[in-house]
Amino acid sequence: MTGIDACDACLSRTWLIAHLAGAIEVARHEKRRIREILALSEEQLLASLGGMRAAALAGELEALDVDGLRTSVDEAGLEALCRHADTYPARLHDLDDGPAVLFVAGGAERLVDLVGGDLDDGPRAVAVVGTRRASIDALEVARGLGRGLAAARVTVVSGMALGVDSAAHTGGLESSGRTVAVLAGGADVPYPPSKARLHRLIAEHGCVVSELPPGFVAMRWCFPARNRIIAALGHMTIVVEAAQRSGSLITAEVAADLGREIGAVPGPVTAWRSAGANALLRDGAVVIRDARDALDAVVGVDRHDAPELHIEPRLRDVLVAVADGRDTLAALTHTPADAGPTLAALTELELMGHLRRAPGGRYVVIPQ
Amino acid sequence: MLARVTTFTIDGLEPRRVTVEVDVRAGLPHFTIVGLADRAVRESRERVKGAILNSGFDFPLKRVTVNLAPASLRKAGPGFDLAIACAILAAVGALPADALERYAVFGELGLSGEIRPCRGALAVAEGTARAGLAGLVLPRERVLEATLVGDIEVLGAASLPQVAEILRGNERPEPPEPDDGVVALPVRHLDLADVRGHAEVIEALTIAAAGGHNLLLSGPPGVGKTMIARRMPSILPPLTRAEALEVTRVHSVAGLHYGAGLASERPFRAPHHLISASGLVGGGPVPVPGEASLAHNGVLFLDELAEFPRPALEALRQPLEDGRVAIVRGQRTAIFPTRFMLVAATNPCPCGHAPSRRCRCNEGDLARHARRLSGPLLDRIDLLVHVQRPAVERLAGEPTASSAAERARVVDARERQAARLDGTGAACNGQMDARVLRRHVRLASEAEVPLLDAYRRGDLSARGRDRTLRVARTIADLAASDAVLRDHIVAALGYRHEASGALGAVA
Repeated sequence: MTGIDACDACLSRTWLIAHLAGAIEVARHEKRRIREILALSEEQLLASLGGMRAAALAGELEALDVDGLRTSVDEAGLEALCRHADTYPARLHDLDDGPAVLFVAGGAERLVDLVGGDLDDGPRAVAVVGTRRASIDALEVARGLGRGLAAARVTVVSGMALGVDSAAHTGGLESSGRTVAVLAGGADVPYPPSKARLHRLIAEHGCVVSELPPGFVAMRWCFPARNRIIAALGHMTIVVEAAQRSGSLITAEVAADLGREIGAVPGPVTAWRSAGANALLRDGAVVIRDARDALDAVVGVDRHDAPELHIEPRLRDVLVAVADGRDTLAALTHTPADAGPTLAALTELELMGHLRRAPGGRYVVIPQ
Repeated sequence: MLARVTTFTIDGLEPRRVTVEVDVRAGLPHFTIVGLADRAVRESRERVKGAILNSGFDFPLKRVTVNLAPASLRKAGPGFDLAIACAILAAVGALPADALERYAVFGELGLSGEIRPCRGALAVAEGTARAGLAGLVLPRERVLEATLVGDIEVLGAASLPQVAEILRGNERPEPPEPDDGVVALPVRHLDLADVRGHAEVIEALTIAAAGGHNLLLSGPPGVGKTMIARRMPSILPPLTRAEALEVTRVHSVAGLHYGAGLASERPFRAPHHLISASGLVGGGPVPVPGEASLAHNGVLFLDELAEFPRPALEALRQPLEDGRVAIVRGQRTAIFPTRFMLVAATNPCPCGHAPSRRCRCNEGDLARHARRLSGPLLDRIDLLVHVQRPAVERLAGEPTASSAAERARVVDARERQAARLDGTGAACNGQMDARVLRRHVRLASEAEVPLLDAYRRGDLSARGRDRTLRVARTIADLAASDAVLRDHIVAALGYRHEASGALGAVA
């Protein structure tokens, strides 16, 4: 079967974890650490979580139709690669509890191009994560980060959740399309369902991956579990907006444990929404204001300068003014007679791809 | 003894001739009205009887039958009182029947015999002229309104005995003073000179006024959206006589025409957002014009657009496109004109503060808000303007513009349009249909490029493309340019809402 590069042992392990998912959920409620559970061997898993079903599950595992699993992966339109495969992203080996198998929508080959290899010689990647209930500003920042990073051929990794995650993916799709979504459930199940269109676009231009088999519906423990994959795939994890007890902070914690860089977008000190991100900054995270800051950290300072723009002076003045923060028609207009020519200049720049309209009538500079 | 009197009922905006026939014959005293009459007409028995007796006439102690013909037409309202009273008096010989044949009679009676004004006088006068009658007897307060028709003799009366004197030829009523009757409310124009900052919003307002385009103002609460929108009438061109007649007719039928004579102001209607669909476009068992028709030749202002019930907004689509609305009720159809300019205001998000830090909405709230506004109605909005908080130094500064100056620009641009559109049936650029548009808006090739770009990228629908062209034509007219240049097209594109993220959420 093409595209299925996973050994029997790894597939069996995945099968077992999927069948113990309910028991893992219960264990989580009993305050056991998910990452410790996921680091256990199959025998240990059965012993500690199997309960009364342990013997029966062991028997089923023995007699498992692994080729049947492979067929179901193929039928779901996915590919699978286990940790023994060449195409498996080597940077995931940094995790003690790394996923046995990755299921991929969008192709294993493309995954290698996006996040393959280890950190030193593989393609650059940055995880952009944050709250689901994001402010409009945070959404714009995340989208700008996604756009700028992907434009510089740095892969944008996130979790496709509402809010910041989706905005980062959307930004990535707007430029080079280099983006990887790590899902908590099966890679063929768009979650949240409202992001089905985004899911399709990411699978078309980038990759959607998951450690759980096709069709698996995510349980609560799956979300912190997938955060470790997001953290491990990126050279850096950027938290855009996170409250004090946000899931994004788990991602940042894992990244710190792995020795990856951590960045955060500063917010007002009084904003509860930004409390988590601000706390990271106090603890020494890199200050990220835009994609340029992120590129400085990941690619190196000044190795990514934009080429000089060749546009006529009248438009350049407007572009510079927008970049300086006079970013609405109102801020650029003094008398009614100015309005027409200014609006024409803004729209010309928009048609040329230098500006984009943001909510509330603001214009945003698109990094070239 | 039989007598006939002509009067009119209003069907939609159309006057329909009704003949009141009265038969008085020997029998037990009895008084009936037949002929598909509504409750107000049936109750007119008591008013007529009281009015006749209290005016010093005798009410016949016989069998009185009143028939309103044609019997198939549904008759509504109290306007038949006077005609029924006159017909009864003619049937008993108290009034000259031959005089009544030459006049139409229209009005409501009080029990004392006084005549009260009722709605629709202008339409009734038009019906009288069309029916070839010599004149119309109607309430005194409505004389100026009825004389607008011109071809007929208008006789205003204050009481039933006065009508009798007029019909007997003993009295010619004096036309009342123009300021007689209800005092018209003093019209105080709000002026754009009250506005500080907001130069770009005023420019958009001027473009909308000059071309009759639909405008949507989006911005946080308290920033001045409503204040600016309410100043729209102050820069609109004056009504032409034909337009004024149309406005007067609709308002008179709706019972809103309090002033005497011709409407002098373009209507500005601002219904509250709890309005129903039939309140907005017209309806009811006997169709009456809705706010959309009352705004005909003027402005329909919908404040808090997102709060309007969805069915009401959907109902606006046909009137916006066709300039008229057909209300079908039972066996009949009433057609009301609805050539209004839509001006709407909305907050950018449910809490109103997006995109600032004060906004407390999440992505889902924003998407829901955008969905309420999106769709076919938004496609008919030509100009979207984001109203920003003006800078502090501008708040204290000089006025940005004055209504007089902006109105002069609008009138100038309208004159250019009128000269170009003469004979096409369109009065301004916003009313050009696709054929007129193709003939009158030609683009240089370099001007067409951005439009093709936007269309190709899928930012613009075919309707959006046409609407952009109309706005571009108006921007060129305001700049006194005969050709539509690239800058005009590009500015018009800048006012379109389609660009991603302009109204709603990201992702």
